[in-house]
Amino acid sequence: MSSNKTTQGPENGQQRGKGFSRRTFMQGVGAGSTAVAALAPAAQAAPPPSPVGPGPVPMTLKINGKTHSVRLEPRVTLIDALRNHLDYTGAKKVCDRATCGSCTVIVDGNAVYSCTMLAIEAQGRDIQTIEGFTTPAKMHPVSENFVKHDAQQCGFCTPGFVVACKAFLDKNPNPTMADVEKGLSGNICRCGTYVGVREAALEAAQQVRGGRRGD
Amino acid sequence: MEDRSLIGKRINRLDGPVKATGQAKYAYDKHLDGLLIAKLVSCPHAHARIKKFDIASAEKMPGVRAIVLMAKEGDEIQWVGAEVAAIAADTEELARDAVAAFRVEYEILPHMVKDEDLTKAGSRVSPSDEKVEGDPDAAFQGSDLVIHEGYYGLNTITHCCLEPHGQVVDWKGDQITVYASTQAVARIGADLAKNLSADPEMGNVAPGQVVILTDHMGGGFGSKFAIDTWGIACAKLSKKSGKPVKLMLDRDQELMVAGGRPSDYANVKVAAKKDGTLVAYQSESWSTSGVGRGGAPPLPYVIEPPNRKSRHLNVATNTGPARAWRAPNHPQAAVLTMCPMTDLAAKLNMDPLDFFKKNAELTVRADVYRSELDKAAELMDWKAKYHAPGDKSAGHIKRGLGLSIHTWGGRAHDSQCRVSIHPDGSVACELASQDLGVGNRTVIGIVLAETMGLPIEAVEVKLGDSRYPPSGASGGSTTVGGVTSSTRRASVKAVEKLKEAVASELGATVDEIEAKDGFLRVKAQPSKRIAWKAACRKLGTRTISEVGEQPDRDGGKLNDSGVGGVQMADVSVDVETGIVRVNKMVAVQDVGLVVSLKTAESQVYGALIMGICSALYEERVYDEMTGKLLNADMEFYKLAGIGDIGELVVHMVTGVYDDRGVIGIGEPPAVSPCAAISNAVANALGVRVPTLPLTPDKVLAALEKGGMA
Repeated sequence: MSSNKTTQGPENGQQRGKGFSRRTFMQGVGAGSTAVAALAPAAQAAPPPSPVGPGPVPMTLKINGKTHSVRLEPRVTLIDALRNHLDYTGAKKVCDRATCGSCTVIVDGNAVYSCTMLAIEAQGRDIQTIEGFTTPAKMHPVSENFVKHDAQQCGFCTPGFVVACKAFLDKNPNPTMADVEKGLSGNICRCGTYVGVREAALEAAQQVRGGRRGD
Repeated sequence: MEDRSLIGKRINRLDGPVKATGQAKYAYDKHLDGLLIAKLVSCPHAHARIKKFDIASAEKMPGVRAIVLMAKEGDEIQWVGAEVAAIAADTEELARDAVAAFRVEYEILPHMVKDEDLTKAGSRVSPSDEKVEGDPDAAFQGSDLVIHEGYYGLNTITHCCLEPHGQVVDWKGDQITVYASTQAVARIGADLAKNLSADPEMGNVAPGQVVILTDHMGGGFGSKFAIDTWGIACAKLSKKSGKPVKLMLDRDQELMVAGGRPSDYANVKVAAKKDGTLVAYQSESWSTSGVGRGGAPPLPYVIEPPNRKSRHLNVATNTGPARAWRAPNHPQAAVLTMCPMTDLAAKLNMDPLDFFKKNAELTVRADVYRSELDKAAELMDWKAKYHAPGDKSAGHIKRGLGLSIHTWGGRAHDSQCRVSIHPDGSVACELASQDLGVGNRTVIGIVLAETMGLPIEAVEVKLGDSRYPPSGASGGSTTVGGVTSSTRRASVKAVEKLKEAVASELGATVDEIEAKDGFLRVKAQPSKRIAWKAACRKLGTRTISEVGEQPDRDGGKLNDSGVGGVQMADVSVDVETGIVRVNKMVAVQDVGLVVSLKTAESQVYGALIMGICSALYEERVYDEMTGKLLNADMEFYKLAGIGDIGELVVHMVTGVYDDRGVIGIGEPPAVSPCAAISNAVANALGVRVPTLPLTPDKVLAALEKGGMA
């Protein structure tokens, strides 16, 4: 498996073919910071960059293929932008410290903890939230199998798990149980639904491989 | 009752699709026009007196709309993180800025945050409970006894609900609407009204003015029964600002103040005859529930030797206060009973499976435990895997087995349910109950649909609204018995009314008609039938509406209380690193009639996993010097991940105790994991790691002290 240094979040360990670890996670964050610096290539080419903020500044976010123009303070995280300002509440705010994965969204194809990314650095990127690829009427195979295998109780971690699982299967279409355990190790559930999650991920993988894609 | 079509079957959770697609709206997700965000000002000291509030500096901050004090100058604060004020502002960021600008002057007072070492607790110790049966002092002097004495314990853990405590309050005119993350939809409104009425600034508030809405809630585990200080403050902020306000605890606050499961430590002495028959048990235990007093663990637990004595002490500490946590006091009691008994079995050279089967006589349900021990042993392959304490195999990975047994009541709470059958054939029921994620909606839907003879998709379950008929709070495994009984009674009454409407057309009496497979039909002649929708059309413009109650005033019993349950653990311990891993756990659980098999199994899987979390990882770590909680985050307050759980086997005992009716399942399977895992680690190592969580440092320390290191 190739190493993708811009990957942040749950499936990072899987990307590297080793166990998920704090070290690989921190490398991911480091890469994320690099991305901040690389945020506006035009600004880099024409120094000095003009500072923005601290008050609200205009931002454009591309979420689920739709462009949203908002005015937010530069310090607003992506999770807070999604939840407080745009009413995308599928992603949940739980630890707010890049530990639990409940806020997972997909940015440029990679699973990302949206509590660790600023909304301003998500500009120009392709942001996918759970609302973008699955609905109760037309469930993505991952959601469908979370229901079938009862991989949810209170459900507060569930959207983060579903997004992480989709992002994982997109890159690892043929996982073993051990792969699933590594790939989803960046998400935490309190009710204890992991047995269902393991089964759901494996069966969803089969269905996705079989050409049943929900997106 | 073999012809049941839904009860006892594996039915998908009714709210599964909305949860698995992110559409389910929790209190934390609620948006209203003009919504303000509120944040709490927390005390940074473990014990302090408030000398002075300076709210002016916060009031001047941009975007601040209202400030509410939650304590008074002169008040004593008893734990770190305690809420002293709440501030509502236009955005979350501005609310945080205002909290940072809010000044409180404290007089710092002496604190104590650790309770394990009783010798350091001094005047903070007070007697809690003492029980004696038989003559334990004389019994321990008996001849030909094998006696074991040991120290055991487990630390305080938190609930760590993923949706933190909190709510959105929208106070408009006379109406106060609360979108709450609560376990008690029918109760917290009156609690809020009473508390608001006590504040002259708020005026008199009647309970009927308050509406509680809880469509979905993100975990409670016993910690979300009250309106809480932040609920009251949130309402006051809404009144003062004239806007809806959202106040959810931050993660650090959630871990500091929103609930802990009390610790328990004990010196235990147990004695048995050489054949393994238990003769006496004695415990000197202590625990902390924070600065207040908590309950005492029921010791000895489940197995009651004829001579026994237990004395419990309460230690007041400056730590976040205790709240009910799945099966209050039972997980602790299981550790303080099953662990010393397992060590006594080792001293007797007995396999604990044989020891516990022999002493099942000393429980109130010997046959239940014996049969469940046999079933669990079969699923664990216990007899083939078991070895005497201390894995003698080569290498640094040592393997071991342990077990524990448990009990719980789970009696039904009071409940009313209103069932409606409409002329268009639609069916709905309403209860001011709540689904904490345990499957309450699904259980109710199964009973409703089963009684109507309809598929589950054909009925609608409405709950989470305090305007519906009241149901009890969801705690102590009381919900399922309550809501299934009220729903069943309301459904039976409603469908009787529909039978009346079609009786003449079917040429039969109401008693001769059954609702089955989408038809009302004559029992003796099923081909004489009328389809559900056609039957309902006969109502014309009339809607059938019937209320059922638990308890039923005319008697009748659809539920019961009192269950057993056995769990076994198979673990590996790395004696070089001290790391414990669970290879496999088995849970055998009886709960009378299982209504919703799939969600019931999920409850047991969840209980095992929560048990792995608390046995191996969870620990509230306070700093003795500063009194601060060092791990008030999810990075260092550790929970198990998907790779930490091993193989889990859940066996629901079905078809055996169905006649008892419905009994709650939330608590019983949450009791045994800690004791079973601790026993498995002791079996692997040949030495007891005395206190939980079984972290690597404690495992290595125990190995160094004695055993096979």
